Amino acid sequence: MGIASLDLYSQAIVLFAALALFTSFIMLAQARMMPLIFTFAWQGLLLAVVTVLVALVSNHPHLYISAALTFALKVVVIPWLLYRLSVRLGMQYDAEAIAHPTLLLLGGVALVIFSYHVAQSIVHLSGLATRNTIAVSIAIELLGMLLMCARKSAVAQVIGFMSMESGIFFAAVVSTYGMPLIVELGVAFDILVASILFGVFFFHLRDSFGSLDVGQFNRLSEANQSMPLREAAGEPSAGDPA
Amino acid sequence: MTLLEVTLLVPLLGGVLLAIVGHRPVAGWINVAVGVVTFGAALAMALEVFADGPQLSPSRMFYIDAFNVYLVVLTAFVGLTTSIFSRPYMRHEVERGRVTDRRLRLYHSMYQCFLFSMLLALSTNNLGVLWVAMELATLTTVLLVSLYRTPEAIEAAWKYFILCGVGIAQALFGTVLIYFAAESKLGAGRDDTLLWTVLHDMAGGSLDPAVITLAFVFLLVGYGTKVGLVPLHNWLPDAHSEGPTPMSAVLSGLLLNVALYALVRVKMLVDASLHTNLAGQLMMGFGLLSFTVAGLFLHRQHDVKRMFSYSSIEHMGLITFGFGVGGPLATFGALLHMTVHSLTKSAIFVTVGHACQLAGTQRIDQIRGLIRTQPAIGWGLLLGTVAIAGFPPFGVFISEFLLLMATMKSWPWLTIPLLAGFGVAFAGLFRHMQRMVFGEPPPGQKPVEANMLPVVVHLALVLWLGLAIPGFLSRWFEQATILISGASPL
Amino acid sequence: MDSQLTAWALAAAQALLFIAAAPLLAGWLQRVKCHMQNRAAPTVWQPYRNLSKLLRKRMLLAQNASWLFRAVPYIVFGAMLLAAAVVPLIAVRLPSAAIADMIVLVGFFALARFFTALAGLDIGTAFGGMGASREMMVSALAEPAMLMAVFTLSMTASTTNLSVATGYILEAGLVLRPSFLFALLALAMVAVAESSRVPVDNPATHLELTMLHEAMILEYGGRHLALIEWASQIKLMIYAVLIVDFFFPWGIATGFGAKALAVGVMAVAAKLMLLAVLLVVWETVLAKMRLFRVPQFLGFSFMLSLLAMLTHVVLETGG
Repeated sequence: MGIASLDLYSQAIVLFAALALFTSFIMLAQARMMPLIFTFAWQGLLLAVVTVLVALVSNHPHLYISAALTFALKVVVIPWLLYRLSVRLGMQYDAEAIAHPTLLLLGGVALVIFSYHVAQSIVHLSGLATRNTIAVSIAIELLGMLLMCARKSAVAQVIGFMSMESGIFFAAVVSTYGMPLIVELGVAFDILVASILFGVFFFHLRDSFGSLDVGQFNRLSEANQSMPLREAAGEPSAGDPA
Repeated sequence: MTLLEVTLLVPLLGGVLLAIVGHRPVAGWINVAVGVVTFGAALAMALEVFADGPQLSPSRMFYIDAFNVYLVVLTAFVGLTTSIFSRPYMRHEVERGRVTDRRLRLYHSMYQCFLFSMLLALSTNNLGVLWVAMELATLTTVLLVSLYRTPEAIEAAWKYFILCGVGIAQALFGTVLIYFAAESKLGAGRDDTLLWTVLHDMAGGSLDPAVITLAFVFLLVGYGTKVGLVPLHNWLPDAHSEGPTPMSAVLSGLLLNVALYALVRVKMLVDASLHTNLAGQLMMGFGLLSFTVAGLFLHRQHDVKRMFSYSSIEHMGLITFGFGVGGPLATFGALLHMTVHSLTKSAIFVTVGHACQLAGTQRIDQIRGLIRTQPAIGWGLLLGTVAIAGFPPFGVFISEFLLLMATMKSWPWLTIPLLAGFGVAFAGLFRHMQRMVFGEPPPGQKPVEANMLPVVVHLALVLWLGLAIPGFLSRWFEQATILISGASPL
Repeated sequence: MDSQLTAWALAAAQALLFIAAAPLLAGWLQRVKCHMQNRAAPTVWQPYRNLSKLLRKRMLLAQNASWLFRAVPYIVFGAMLLAAAVVPLIAVRLPSAAIADMIVLVGFFALARFFTALAGLDIGTAFGGMGASREMMVSALAEPAMLMAVFTLSMTASTTNLSVATGYILEAGLVLRPSFLFALLALAMVAVAESSRVPVDNPATHLELTMLHEAMILEYGGRHLALIEWASQIKLMIYAVLIVDFFFPWGIATGFGAKALAVGVMAVAAKLMLLAVLLVVWETVLAKMRLFRVPQFLGFSFMLSLLAMLTHVVLETGG
């Protein structure tokens, strides 16, 4: 149905969903750490607002809980954690060299088209006025995945991971008015634990590699496995009790 | 308190307890004791299910039938035997200075939490909780993979975390889609829409095919990543080879099974509503690809734990293929293969762990003459490898034979790649084995304190399953097969 | 017949008003900018004074200037004049609007730009060539972004005619269209780049290495320069009016009554003044970016317009 036939609340839902998609694109191209984290927080805020609006329109009070969960995790806890860690690790002004930013953005556009195609086959099941946003939620998820694959900094990968999670949460909100409460709580718990573990890992990465650039990971790649000269180069082999 | 509650709560409380006392010498024994209680409760529960049929907990949150109860028992059992092995192993690691007290405490606590998350994943009736438990299994093990804090271990753990995270997120999306499909049939506002029993009862033709197909693709990618299916397997050899060996044993032996269990559960739903073999064919494709590719990769490995990790991918590929073929015979074979692979692979990792401590390295070309220095380890490794390569009279042979038979019956042409794959994998495993076991030991190589009890028990069980599947077990498998494929293999 | 005549007369009056008001907008812009930067501001009539002075000045032509060099100012000014005639300024449904649509409008811009670049090359000085190549690079990137944004709007209104589209948006009332938001941002960025404003170009500077547009017209003087300057003021105004028409059309006259027309004039004047203030804030806050960052800037605007198109297809139609 065309957007003009929706009421203003539903229009606002669509608008905020589009803005959340936009933040996904911004994150894709944002090389600097601090703006990346803040953009992620903005996305969380937009999705929380959408959830509240859906709750208002559809009269599903339990969606307020998931909006609160989204707000607490995606706007407060995780950005704050990432911010603190970046400051502690002295990398708040770091910028990452993104290879082929234009290609990346075009890939993102291709993913949006793909998610539209995917969503086309399933939206007819939904009776919701805002069902067109299902495609946007899939796109946010896939863009998060693209972010994880394309970027080499650990922080960007974490943000991609969390953004995927946001997209899925959003999909649940707009397609089915959210998942059962126990599942949502469980997922939120998992995300919380994951974000803490990521924090622990940042320190490990820094201690072992001197930076959070996971692009230099190559010790375990299959290409290096066939090099029998590893000990000849004086490098300790994996699991060697040095 | 029901037996199920005991099975779930004991490891959880054990994890909490070990978080407090896990660095003391007694912790290893507590770990074993928790394992014993869990295994006892699981076994008793299995007997109950065996006698009275499937059980649904009053809150409908848990559902135990013939399919998952045997995996619960298997998980509890391998969890127990590995904890027996891990006690002297971890003590040795502490003595060598690779593990500090704090990390030992983390290890013990997370070991039990990991077992809890797997048991929860197996026994829950809610597809959403199943996902939560699978993710929890990743979260509890990721710090164990990096326990040694070497750059390799950190890299492996990060890859494990990120790749499994990406993968498992797809599974969550698939779960959302299933919920979406079910809600549009059952109506909104019900809180039981994600329960497997509810879905399975209503699935017959009423879930929207387009949505359910899409959901299955996402779930296959998601849980397939955790199973280690090629091309989503990249993390597996790293994670399984860089962590402490008891972790390798439970990851390879158990976690892969649990992920595959989730996939098969979903496949049951999809088959019931699609009336085509799409899900099966997808699983066959991925399974066969993993089987072949992993077999080839076996040849390039220089790290013994890595090599056996690839062997795990290969076998999981075969099992996935078996479930994909469907039909009673293949399903029976796949279930049996799950069991024997679990037992054999954890036995192998236990032996390999001792062998690496003995040689002081994981490099294949530096492990020499095991059988002369410590015959128990040498023989254990040899027999384990013989068993996993599918030699008669071990159980792996029987299950592979059944799978081959089933393939010949329904997809005759596919027996050729299967046979070729067996050959390639066999050659890959044995090209290194001879020198590792029989060669000249390097000077100064001394025996280590080893507990070979788990190896002996596992290999004996595998041998027993190869010679004659005991009556109660075959009936049990039969029940599970009927559940999954709808017909009896016998 | 009589109403036809009135309508054509109105259309002609609107076009004349358009080109007459363009320097005023530039003057207002200059004045606000000076205020914002705490400088003594010239009057808003300053551009008119500049133009009349230039018009009166003797022309100096380079020795090797060809006929092309002499013709370009008239071509450029003519293209802008025609473009201004089709953009609804104070009223929609004027007959002149049926002559050309948005795509022709983009074509007029391209025509003007093409000849300006040729004129820059014609003299054969280093600056002219450099300016021409830079201008072409910018326009090659800006044009697809602008077209994509314009297409988004015309898909919504199911027409490429400017006047009809504006009327459609006016009738639809307040609809929160995400695609319009993205298209607005994209169009604003394109407008900034195309009318040689900060951060892509700086109209106030003649610093050799940073010039884009100025470098091409460096050899012009007198009447020619006056025409070119005037044309670029008209171009800025066209962009501003386009933005106003598409995104905030309220107030524009739909009938030809005197009251409606008066409201239309007031409304468009107020909106343009406000828009100019926003532009000044933007120019004051941002610094001019390096030339090599310009493709990124325009790439971003292209992505925005692409996103506008996508959100239109995905979110606003279908179902």
